[in-house]
Amino acid sequence: MNIVACMKRVPTTELVAKVGADGKHLDASGVQYMVSFYDEIAVEEAVKTKEKHGGEVTVLTLGPSDAAKELRECLAKGADKGVILTDDSWSDRDAHSTAEALKAKIEELGADVVFCGRVATDRDSASVGPMLATMLGWACVTDVVELDLEADKGTAKREADGGIETYAFALPAVITCQKDLNEPRYAGLKGIMAAKKKPIDESPAPAASNQAEVLALELPPARPDGRILGEGAAAVPALIDALRNEAKVL
Amino acid sequence: MEPYRQLDFLQLDDQFTEEELMVRDTVRSWVNERFMPVVMEHWEAGTFPMELAPELGELGVFGPTIPEEYGGAGMSSVTYGLICQELERGDSGLRSFVSVQGSLVMYPIFAYGSEEQKREWLPKLASGEAIGCFGLTEPDFGSNPGGMLTTAKKDGDDWILNGRKMWITNGGVSQIAIVWARAEEGIRGFIVPTDAKGFSAPEQKHKWSLRASMTSELVLEDVRVPASAMLPNVRGLKGPLGCLTQARYGICWGAVGSALACFDEALSYSKERIVFDKPLAGFQIPQKKLADAATDITLGQLLALRVGRMKDAGKMEPHHINMAKRNNCAMSLKTARDLRDVLGANGITLEYHTGRHMCNMESVITYEGTHDIHTLAIGQHLTGLAAFR
Repeated sequence: MNIVACMKRVPTTELVAKVGADGKHLDASGVQYMVSFYDEIAVEEAVKTKEKHGGEVTVLTLGPSDAAKELRECLAKGADKGVILTDDSWSDRDAHSTAEALKAKIEELGADVVFCGRVATDRDSASVGPMLATMLGWACVTDVVELDLEADKGTAKREADGGIETYAFALPAVITCQKDLNEPRYAGLKGIMAAKKKPIDESPAPAASNQAEVLALELPPARPDGRILGEGAAAVPALIDALRNEAKVL
Repeated sequence: MEPYRQLDFLQLDDQFTEEELMVRDTVRSWVNERFMPVVMEHWEAGTFPMELAPELGELGVFGPTIPEEYGGAGMSSVTYGLICQELERGDSGLRSFVSVQGSLVMYPIFAYGSEEQKREWLPKLASGEAIGCFGLTEPDFGSNPGGMLTTAKKDGDDWILNGRKMWITNGGVSQIAIVWARAEEGIRGFIVPTDAKGFSAPEQKHKWSLRASMTSELVLEDVRVPASAMLPNVRGLKGPLGCLTQARYGICWGAVGSALACFDEALSYSKERIVFDKPLAGFQIPQKKLADAATDITLGQLLALRVGRMKDAGKMEPHHINMAKRNNCAMSLKTARDLRDVLGANGITLEYHTGRHMCNMESVITYEGTHDIHTLAIGQHLTGLAAFR
């Protein structure tokens, strides 16, 4: 089976975010990157699929050449090769433009199944996977928590609001992965050594064709300081008053 | 508390390869996710989480410098150092478990063993399917192992072993013990199955240090092993001392990991803890402690890194290890003691890690050559005069 996992490098979760001087971008100075949390699950599912059905796993990313570091981690966990669509302005791309670039590469690679994370942990838009499936004209199941693939079809359970939906679909398909789908493995030392010998191909991403533009990037407003109204039962009337008349939640 | 952030005052990450950093970060994540949630409970109970041994094997941290054909990962010594640093950031007991397996059991089989011994044992030890221990120290012979009383006597083709070993990490959880014994021809090493008749490993209890690590005596009463159990390619004290050089190298890095854990905890605690209406970190005395610790740790990192690069280049000699083990253990113990103060009363509970590291370091500064013995070894190297006796 020809398997592709899409991966995005995102700022590490320890990042204390700062807005850049132009007011539209994250201040990139000193930012460390990591594989987006849900993309780790996508890579794991791709490797598990290979272990079950045979084939090859390609991890595909759109980003700078430096994303080889994150790709190498995916290779250490069992993927076979990495592909970077290089674009130094990768973070300026909207979801549509990213999906379009990935689509062209996936057609060239000829995948049977594509795994994406349900959402990237930086932009939080959850759009690239479904857009990619639409552009490819393939089936798409999002937020998958359980997956069973056969040679030319599959069934997937997905988390819906208040319940679990089960879908049947034909391959090729795009699956976006929710956190309960699997438990990503650690890259063992042998995997890290093996990853050194695995290929990473780089080619320039097609020019961006953004349909949406970032006008402004702002941090959420600072939370106002808390206030202690008193202690014990004596403070209850003041608390109720504040909840009713200030917070207006009662 | 905040998630762990490692002090890197001199941007030493620039000095490591991408592969070295990937290994470090992998082991760090494993320690965070798999070991930190259970360490307090095990330390208090005086047990080691044996269920994690196969996971450590799968990660590849047992004997990572052993070539791949014997089940290792063929990695550099600096990588091994970083592994030790991350494991000891968790607990000295965890690093000890891995050090003993890799440096004191796999290393002698790899360096001194026959091809059959290597093929039989190294893959099983690398995967964690078999656990080993190392029997050199005796009740009356620690710093002077050459005085050992344990004997190996020929009986036909077999050897008969008699004696007692003490302070043996992993003694009670091992399938094999590397036992050093005095034979007519000099000190020899043996691979002894722990289920051999006459072998027992009573646990040494009531420790207040290295509690998340099993320590045992080894008792050998007419233990019979075949000729094939002897390590053929070394004779004399240089056998066990060669192993200890490997293990001490890991300790140089491990001690840095322990100090890094204390520093991270004390720094984040002191910034959060409000006293006299401002963060504790805003007062001069805690700042002095943090500044001293950051400086000492950074010097320790540089020492470990330099010795590691020398080891990979084949230039490291035992006196380099004497200095690095001595300095970094003393640094780590002092750092833990000073930073425990910063945590105030909270620092005496196991909810915080610094006190645990402080207690552990009392063992680490003592085992694998005491601080004072390393002092004399450096003195001997500098002057050409031995002051041991």
